[in-house]
Amino acid sequence: MGRYVIRRVLWMLLVLFVISLITFVMEHSVPGGPFDQEKKLPAEIIANLEKKYHLDEPYWKQYMRFLYDVLVPQITQGESVSMLDEAMINIKLGGDYYLRWVNFGPSFTSRSRTVNDIIREQLPVSIQLGIISMAIAITIGLPMGIVAALKQNTIWDYLGMSVAIFGVSVPVVAMGPVLVWIFGVTLKWLPPTGWGAKPPYLLFFIPRNLFSWDFWKYAMMPAFAVGTGYSAIIARLSRASLLQVVHEDYIRTARAKGLAERVVTVRHALRNALIPVVTILGPMFAAVLTGLFVVEQVFGIPGLGKYFITSIGNRDYPVIMGTILLYAIFLVIANVVVDVTYAWLDPRIRYE
Amino acid sequence: MTASETVASTAVPERRKTAGVWADATYRLARNKAALLGGGLVLILTLSAIFASQLSPYSYSEQDRLQTDAMPAWMLSIFPTVRPYAKITSDFPLGADYVGRDLLSRLIFGAQISLSVAFVGPIIALLVGTVYGLISGFFGGRVDNVMMRIVDIMYAFPTMLLIILMMAFFRSTFAASQPGTFTHAMNALDRRFGGMLFIFIGIGITAWMGTARLARGQVLSLREQEFSLAARAMGAGNGRIIFRHLLPNVLGPLIITVTLAIPGYISTEAFLSFIGLGVNAPTPSWGSMISDGAQAIRTYPHQAILPALALSITMFAFNFLGDGLRDALDPRLRGVQ
Repeated sequence: MGRYVIRRVLWMLLVLFVISLITFVMEHSVPGGPFDQEKKLPAEIIANLEKKYHLDEPYWKQYMRFLYDVLVPQITQGESVSMLDEAMINIKLGGDYYLRWVNFGPSFTSRSRTVNDIIREQLPVSIQLGIISMAIAITIGLPMGIVAALKQNTIWDYLGMSVAIFGVSVPVVAMGPVLVWIFGVTLKWLPPTGWGAKPPYLLFFIPRNLFSWDFWKYAMMPAFAVGTGYSAIIARLSRASLLQVVHEDYIRTARAKGLAERVVTVRHALRNALIPVVTILGPMFAAVLTGLFVVEQVFGIPGLGKYFITSIGNRDYPVIMGTILLYAIFLVIANVVVDVTYAWLDPRIRYE
Repeated sequence: MTASETVASTAVPERRKTAGVWADATYRLARNKAALLGGGLVLILTLSAIFASQLSPYSYSEQDRLQTDAMPAWMLSIFPTVRPYAKITSDFPLGADYVGRDLLSRLIFGAQISLSVAFVGPIIALLVGTVYGLISGFFGGRVDNVMMRIVDIMYAFPTMLLIILMMAFFRSTFAASQPGTFTHAMNALDRRFGGMLFIFIGIGITAWMGTARLARGQVLSLREQEFSLAARAMGAGNGRIIFRHLLPNVLGPLIITVTLAIPGYISTEAFLSFIGLGVNAPTPSWGSMISDGAQAIRTYPHQAILPALALSITMFAFNFLGDGLRDALDPRLRGVQ
């Protein structure tokens, strides 16, 4: 088990390395630099800017510099001095010494902010929206799947599965404008665009106005638009898993020894049926988070996904690289966690 | 009894058995009302996409600058908030957009984009993924290891981000290339198809990985079974075993998977066009129409709602059809995913 975990983590690092390389090659082969503007800048100014951001160096050197800045922890005296060496992780070591790690560099287009600033500012919004969407997906999907399985081939089953088909058939791009039209324009219950939470956040992402309408009136529509799609997946999975479990021998044994039907369902069937559902929640959250830029674009929410699309248009290399790596880290960690949890939850699975 | 009669009598039961599997599946599919509804809708959509220029009253790019944002009178009762801004016309059955193009015609032509993605996406996924997975699974060992690690790495890439990055890359790199080069020719071809070529490539790049994994998994278990050993004993080569013996056996699950993936391709295209990386203007895509309409959602909501409705109905149709196909081809899977 220990060796298995170590091997998975090493593999994870290799994957992230390759992803960063692919991203680097692709973004640098796109013609036009970050300093191309409508009004052409003088050649000397562009040359100076490129020198400042090391864009005049050969590509391999730029990539090495990027890897060094991100990977190698550095101990420095005093706080961060310039935008070029601002780190994500700052730990005070005592005296005037700081351990600083993960520096994605400055953003090319918003000159006063580093990529770390952008991540710190936009990612919490995406995490807030992602968590609320997941909560909606679970509260709709799980009961629907369980009821559909327990009352298989009844009206409840067909109704639940029809709702699930509705959930997977209406994409966020279509549901967004429809929701805005109904609740934002016609009924005027909710504001059509925007976001209600502002930094600073508690514990990096919890908004201070979590319990006020000012936060929820913005969050409800986008979270619902994302949540319905994923609730359909949860409903189908929990239904299928429960249907499989109720035909297992140990359920018959439980019935045979005279347990009440409620106890059989809750303690024996549900408990086992929920294992696959619980394990997909991790990668599902990663998928929700990395897929949020659709809904962020539709509802004008200042999350990291919306910023990513803007930065591709702007050729803001460090932001593109930072965002893709960050999202890839989420995905890869979620997958490793699932594999390890599976091995731990279900001893029948062996990894070699 | 002559030799030819012996051959005939052994061949007949074999043929009847294969026909039985498909006849059975067709029977189950025909009894599934939701699947029939989905199939019917797909047929109607496909026909209207093929005969778009005959069906639509105007061309998709024809502008009537005097009737921008005009709408027919009956729409006022469905969209009451439009009343203060409404400009009534009887020229356009579903109204006109912000530059005075007929919405109905653009909706019909928009079906061409969504439907071609719905058909080309699975074809790429099947062709590339199946061949890749069959080779990887059949040869096993080091070949399999290397090929599957490549898929693993691609899998760890956030799919949507990869597609967006790819599209930005195609749209700018290929457009700026020198005349006479391959990339320039690709770009010219893409422009002729209204931007569809790069959408196909972008979707294709991520679509094949799932089918590759599935095909490999199937082959790994199938190649150990007696029939492939028998084929080898009778002197069949690798190519013959892969394509004549293994492929027909893995095709069922593969078809189910790609059919169920179609709604995903359709929504990906819609989103790419929504953020401006999809089709080139003035080619209509439901995604770009929603994007245009969303700008005016407070004043003229129908311009976004109508394409959103068309998109959802199309995805419904393919979901129903895919579910029905899965139940028909593999009844054991009913209710799973």
